Amino acid sequence: MSDFFTVSVLVATLASGIRLATPYLLAALGETIGQRSGVLNLGVDGVMLLGAFFAHWTALETGNLWLAVVVGLFTGLVMGVVYAIITVYFKAEQGISGIGIFLFGLGFSDLMFEVKVGTPKFTTQLPPVEIPLLSDIPRVGEALFSHSLLTYTAFLLVPAVAWLLHRTTFGMNIRAVGENPQAADSLGVSVNAVRVKTILIGNTMAGLAGAALVLEAKVFQPNLTQGLGFIAVALVYFGAWRSPFVMAGALLYGLVQATVIQWKVLGIISRQFSDIAAMAPAVLTVVALIVLAGRVQAPRALTKPFERH
Amino acid sequence: MSKRNKSLWRLLAVLLALVLVAAACGNDDDAADTPSDAADNANDTADTADDDMADEEMSDEEMAAMDDDEMDDDEMADGEMADGEMADGEMSDEEMAAMGDLSVAIVAPSAVDDLAFTQSMIDAVAALGIEPQVTPGTFIIEEAATALRGYAEDGVDVIIAHGTQYGGSLEEIAPDFPDTTFIWGTATDTMDLPNVFAYAPAADQGGYVNGIIAGALTESGIIGVVGPVEAGDAVAYINGFEAGALAGGATEVNIVYTGSFGDVALAAETATAHIANGADILTGSAQMVVGAVGVAASNDVLWFGTQANQTELAPDLVVASQVYHWEVVLEQMLEQRANGTLGGEAFLLTLENGGLVVEFNDGFDLPDDVRAAADAAIAGIIDGSIDTGA
Repeated sequence: MSDFFTVSVLVATLASGIRLATPYLLAALGETIGQRSGVLNLGVDGVMLLGAFFAHWTALETGNLWLAVVVGLFTGLVMGVVYAIITVYFKAEQGISGIGIFLFGLGFSDLMFEVKVGTPKFTTQLPPVEIPLLSDIPRVGEALFSHSLLTYTAFLLVPAVAWLLHRTTFGMNIRAVGENPQAADSLGVSVNAVRVKTILIGNTMAGLAGAALVLEAKVFQPNLTQGLGFIAVALVYFGAWRSPFVMAGALLYGLVQATVIQWKVLGIISRQFSDIAAMAPAVLTVVALIVLAGRVQAPRALTKPFERH
Repeated sequence: MSKRNKSLWRLLAVLLALVLVAAACGNDDDAADTPSDAADNANDTADTADDDMADEEMSDEEMAAMDDDEMDDDEMADGEMADGEMADGEMSDEEMAAMGDLSVAIVAPSAVDDLAFTQSMIDAVAALGIEPQVTPGTFIIEEAATALRGYAEDGVDVIIAHGTQYGGSLEEIAPDFPDTTFIWGTATDTMDLPNVFAYAPAADQGGYVNGIIAGALTESGIIGVVGPVEAGDAVAYINGFEAGALAGGATEVNIVYTGSFGDVALAAETATAHIANGADILTGSAQMVVGAVGVAASNDVLWFGTQANQTELAPDLVVASQVYHWEVVLEQMLEQRANGTLGGEAFLLTLENGGLVVEFNDGFDLPDDVRAAADAAIAGIIDGSIDTGA
């Protein structure tokens, strides 16, 4: 265990945890905005897969990683349009619709990969951006301030989302629509318009999360996300629909994953307990959700389609 | 038209336009229009990728027997070889015809071109000159079970359940279709079912050889292993690799089972942690290793592959790959099926029977003494003088 508590290993673990947390955070922040307006999207994982595939394909074809990021965003936006039509205009049951979106994303990204790429192919990686001065801080600078621009973006979006939800008229409308859509409607707020916008934002961020994941790994495989999008949805509950707590959950999840890896590498976790230890992040999330159950209030109109009475 | 309906139609128009743009961007030549087209594409790729391998691995007689019946006919006509004189493993015209008539389907957990587990089986069936139906990507066991039962109901003669995890489903499905042969692996027993063959690689053997080379090449003495779930051939490979590496000169082999066959990001972070801990050589097993190979390539760390030849993932850094040639045992199973035996036997791929082959990367400048040590290890395993410890 003493091997773990060396500066170099702790720094490497911290940096690894931040990298792992980035796609969770991007997806969970988008889902937070959607859920605050009363829309649950269980299709996040599928949207991430589509964003990841199309970003990867773009990177392979053009070599332009930033165009790949834009394509990932746009893919999410398109899926947002689809999901908005299904849930807002056709008022389909959100849980089932989301699973449908997930299955579509899983299957379509797999099919597109087989047809257009076929075999694992590497792209280049988004280069780390070292923040002047801060990245020069011994040890800590390397862990905290030497990441890709998408990682910084994810963490900068935390206060941005908090500001959006609590300091803007649009944010107030989002919360009103998520809590009491009838009252919001009676005050002249277009419930459907607000929900469409939050769905578009949320799905676009899920597409970006997929792009971040694939550009960090440099390679796409069918089902690349491995259920990451569902963890992101759980992190919204974990974070009680507040972006700083969602960030805390994403960081915790990523850091536990990174710590387990380091402990395995260092032999702190013996091989007999290897697979059990791999479950640690998920178990931790479930335990946290059990502890939080009943103590936090979900948006009252969550999952409920809006009907004007 | 109400305001809401107008908005809806606008959204639908935008969506339709996007679909049309996407369709216009598609490449008809590459697109799989139907599931069977997709399977054909997969087969074509497998054929192309493994033509060389097939040529290398099959004897002239076997190739001739696979390709056509002419040689056997000529031989028979000349009276040089009667049925009773046929060498073991060779097949008569009738047997070949019966085997060629068999319809074969594969259900596998990952992509057809994963450069690992699934591709190795598709390549193997293609090497036997058979075009199978393929259902890849069935990492969800229930989906695999549906595919297995579907093929059986469609009357497919031989169904390959290419995944240890499919055993439970197979135990329920196989008795319902007693005239269908199910081939299951990696597994070492047939669950006492008369219509189930089992197959498994002695992956520790190639792992040991890879380990010998890695142990000789490491400068730091530390080697990192990125494993999936601690089960099946991954464990055998990793145990063999560890034994070989320590015998070859490594001082430390750090083994991590990530707990996932498909989590590329986790594999990448595991590789990063290994390198941060001083490893200058990496290896791993299962389809998620592409993430680790990417990290190895970014850090100029050598890589050893298994299951399929992974050289093309990192042409400068992959030293050698243990390649599974399932066709060696598949041929025996199909032969038995053609003779009327539907199952009941387990087969093992080894270096000795040619089911396992260590393929070296010609693009990597392996020192002669290390290559000699690897060749000696292969010979030692085959003649039994080396115990891999697995």
